[in-house]
Amino acid sequence: MIPAGFSYVRAGSVEEALDELSRHGGAARPLAGGHSLLPAMKLRRAEPGVLVDIGRLRELSYVRADGDRIAVGALTSHRTLERDPVVAAQVPLLAAAARRIGDPQVRNRGTIGGSLAHADPAADLAGAVLALDGVLVARGPAGVREIPAREFFTGRCRNALAPGELLTEIRLPAAPGRSYAFEKFSRRALDWAVVGVAAQARPGGGVAIALIGMGPTPVRATAVEEALAAGEPAAEAARLAAWGCEPPDDAVASASYRTHLAEVLVTRALAAL
Amino acid sequence: MIGSAVPRKEDAALLTGRGTFVDDIHRPGLLHMVYVHSTEAHALITGVDAEEARSLPGVVGVWTARDFAGLPPRPSVPGLERGYLAAGKVHYVGEPVAVVVAADRYAAADAARAVRVAYEPLPVMATVADALARDSVPIFAPLPGNLALEQQVTPDDVTADLEAAPHRLRARLVNQRCAGAPMEPYGVLADWTGAGPTVWATVQAPHRVRAEIAERFGLARHLVRVVAPDVGGAFGVKSSFMPELFLAPELSRRLGRPVKYVETRGEHMVHTYHGRDQLQDVEVGFDDEGRILALDVTLTVNIGGVPDPVGIGLATLTSYMLGGCYKIPKIAARYRSVVTNTTPTASYRGAGRPEASFLIERVVDLVARELGRDPADVRKANLIQPGEMPYQTPFEGIVYDEADYPAALDLLLDRLGYAGLREEQARRLADPRAPLLGVGLSTFVEMGGFGPTPLFEQFGYLGGWESANVRMQPDGSVIVLVGTAPHGQGHQTALAQIAADQLGVPFDAISVLYGDTAVVQEGTGTMGSRGMPVAGNAVRMAAVEVADKARRVAAHMLEADADDLVRIGDGFQVKGVPDATVTLAEVAERAFKPHLLPEGTALGLENTSYFEPKNLSYPSGAHGCVVEIDRDTGRVSILRYVCVDDCGTVINPMTARGQIHGGVAQGIAQALFEKVAFDAGGRPLTASLEDYMVPGALDLPPYETHHIETRSSFNPLGAKGLGEAGATAAPQAVVNAVVDALAHLGVRDVEMPCTPERVWKVMHDAS
Ligand SMILES: Cc1cc2nc3c(=O)[nH]c(=O)nc-3n(C[C@H](O)[C@H](O)[C@H](O)COP(=O)(O)OP(=O)(O)OC[C@H]3O[C@@H](n4cnc5c(N)ncnc54)[C@H](O)[C@@H]3O)c2cc1C
Repeated sequence: MIPAGFSYVRAGSVEEALDELSRHGGAARPLAGGHSLLPAMKLRRAEPGVLVDIGRLRELSYVRADGDRIAVGALTSHRTLERDPVVAAQVPLLAAAARRIGDPQVRNRGTIGGSLAHADPAADLAGAVLALDGVLVARGPAGVREIPAREFFTGRCRNALAPGELLTEIRLPAAPGRSYAFEKFSRRALDWAVVGVAAQARPGGGVAIALIGMGPTPVRATAVEEALAAGEPAAEAARLAAWGCEPPDDAVASASYRTHLAEVLVTRALAAL
Repeated sequence: MIGSAVPRKEDAALLTGRGTFVDDIHRPGLLHMVYVHSTEAHALITGVDAEEARSLPGVVGVWTARDFAGLPPRPSVPGLERGYLAAGKVHYVGEPVAVVVAADRYAAADAARAVRVAYEPLPVMATVADALARDSVPIFAPLPGNLALEQQVTPDDVTADLEAAPHRLRARLVNQRCAGAPMEPYGVLADWTGAGPTVWATVQAPHRVRAEIAERFGLARHLVRVVAPDVGGAFGVKSSFMPELFLAPELSRRLGRPVKYVETRGEHMVHTYHGRDQLQDVEVGFDDEGRILALDVTLTVNIGGVPDPVGIGLATLTSYMLGGCYKIPKIAARYRSVVTNTTPTASYRGAGRPEASFLIERVVDLVARELGRDPADVRKANLIQPGEMPYQTPFEGIVYDEADYPAALDLLLDRLGYAGLREEQARRLADPRAPLLGVGLSTFVEMGGFGPTPLFEQFGYLGGWESANVRMQPDGSVIVLVGTAPHGQGHQTALAQIAADQLGVPFDAISVLYGDTAVVQEGTGTMGSRGMPVAGNAVRMAAVEVADKARRVAAHMLEADADDLVRIGDGFQVKGVPDATVTLAEVAERAFKPHLLPEGTALGLENTSYFEPKNLSYPSGAHGCVVEIDRDTGRVSILRYVCVDDCGTVINPMTARGQIHGGVAQGIAQALFEKVAFDAGGRPLTASLEDYMVPGALDLPPYETHHIETRSSFNPLGAKGLGEAGATAAPQAVVNAVVDALAHLGVRDVEMPCTPERVWKVMHDAS
């Protein structure tokens, strides 16, 4: 597992990181926890010419309650999400998803920003952020903008960030005391989801449901959400879990098994709410 | 010391990260070798353009098959010689096509990618069915029909017996391809200085490797030094003669600098040989009690793109073990070894025997199911009884040593609480919300203690014996040199225990060394569960001689008759005379004082012994598995895994347990998780550990281990070995449990690995 050559700069601040990224253009990639990027480089699936290490920007590692919104810095580790009291009280779905990522080593190194930016269709946090109707904050040469989670994932391992933009913060509506469920089905105990479901009860009633592993991007199970809103029983609604999805058909699982799993996991998630 | 669970001597270094593996070794001026692997499963090589690669900074050179045409072929099946690199044609994805040497591994890896190989694709035959099809094309030149070997193992024809049997059934079973995936992949460092090379390599048989290298380079063996330093797991896959064992020394010779090759994980998954991969067609005849009357078996083995001298004939061992621990009067067995456009296959933990145990244990369950009888009862009706040991199987030379198979099964059923499990199973069946419960049994026997020489010679080894040199130091401490080359088994510990008992020396005063042909007299190596039954006995033999001489020296010192001495604490005493004592340290020192020894006594306290086993040994036992199946997802969870093992004398119960744990883990991995897969175009689908599902600790159950100790009469220690027992026993214990849980649906078989999807599909299709 030997990566191609690259050069490395460590950014001392967000500004510096943005400068470096724009200076090197398309050749540069931010490096956060390195737990998706470095394996990809070792497998030569990624060959960035320059790594801009943002891993030590403590300013981007935080969890803050901000009125009825929770702000999470992009460099907050999975481990922090798992254990942070604000997360536990306000957006426990995020903690539940973080807890299911890889092993403790991965959770100590991996960051929420890296996970979302990497945009793996089976990423646990992506499901949670999507079900929570999160908003992603990007900073770039052109300034700061907000991208709703629903618009962030644009394809398999593709996101809506413009070249040179950094993901800096994830904003989540607080959901204290509201029920949630995270159901993940993986081949091994410490493994990526084959299919996963994140479900969050909404303030005015209704449920937001996101699926991972069911297509090129994480998706909302809108058919289920609508059926529930229309008063359909959970069992009936769950049948629509894979509606509109194009699940992959690969060595891990066939499309039809994934479709079946989506229904089973949505049923379980709804039962757990 | 034998029988006590002393902690391992090897752990202090290994657990603190201070082991020395090949990749930890550095030599001045070290160069790095990297392969260019074939990206095609079957193609003609029409050109290799290394121009750009050669021009990259740090690159020393690029070599192809033509550059090694002067070397004799590497160890091969006679008549099916294979070179070091693909010449003119590639047979599988991952086959080495060229080697690059550069100043560092990064430069070498970049250069390897810059080598352009032009291919003209040929039809790909990734399965045995495709390779044997009428319109197939030859893969390996001398084999027109892709059939590398067709072997009738027994002359028996059982057609009449099958016809006469009250019942008969047929089955086709699949024992899928697995990868060894040791933590440390293959690695070689060769430094050719002066008249010959020193080669550090992750191998299981350094003396054999030395012999092969010496032969290729026309050197006397004393000029070649092979060192197997700490080896991070091998599981049989490090007994194959990979081309790097010869290319690294050759390139070191040509370049006058040390050359290192260390496989990446991705390479390991396609380059290092795989194991198993058998199709098993079985027909069995049986009576109303489930007694098996005749067995007819045809094995079809996928040996991959280039026939390996071990892989081509491994199904012989499968054939020999087809009867399992049962009295089966007639067995007809034949096999075909078929080349396909996939990575070659050879030894993997158990090498041929797990396939047999899987087959017969699945068959016994099928028989039970067919008759509506309990699988435990059908086993009891067929088991060889203790009074019938040693038992001559239908295969010449295959004689089982002492064991009590029924006792092992009884103990297992007792520990499982078998009757209670059957009740629980029925209760759950009636409750549609409860996960299904299944119980699987595996009463198994396998071969250990490889030797003896006439058998082992057939695999190209000098002998089937093992050697030990036991040398008492002048202070009474002891150094043991042994010819095995362990890679996780704990020989430093277990062999010291054996020596301690014979010598009366404390365990802590004994060091065991191995793995270096410049240090160790001669050796065979570590494979085939031969550590304790063969090397253990060699150490014992040598220690007996040394102890005997120590007693004679002590007698001289005490002016008594050797027969009148008794052992006390740290020395000897004249029987009945408490004051007349001498310590072992004093004796040891005396052994080096010629003027104070009886006339004619040779100096030193040292002996080298070679132990040749009378026969193979036959570790056996009974394993049981309890699974739960999620009715919605098909996921199989192992609730309990209970082992009863009989490896004869248990030297160290803790390391014995470790061997069982590791073996069972690999067996469960085969049953539920692992499969090396290729698509129809021969492209590997499991070339990383993301896709090849090696289970982790959380995926595996706690193991409940029990032992029955029936000493083998085939060797003085009475040991049978157990390195492969777990991997042999476990797959069918798990699969039998899975099928048992689904039997009410009419399910007879679930192919390994029993993944959630596969189990779900079987349930779905059945209901
Ligand atoms: C063994 C193992 C098991 C794993 N198991 C799971 C699992 O079960 N579930 C799961 O969801 N994940 C899993 N992961 C992935 C893990 O969660 C990663 O940490 C995560 O996907 C990436 O986060 P990172 O901080 O490591 O990002 P990096 O690897 O550093 O970066 C990932 C990508 O995001 C970009 N990037 C990073 N930060 C930013 C930013 N702030 N702005 C813009 N772009 C950015 C990088 O340039 C790169 O392209 C596993 C990883 C490993 C190694």
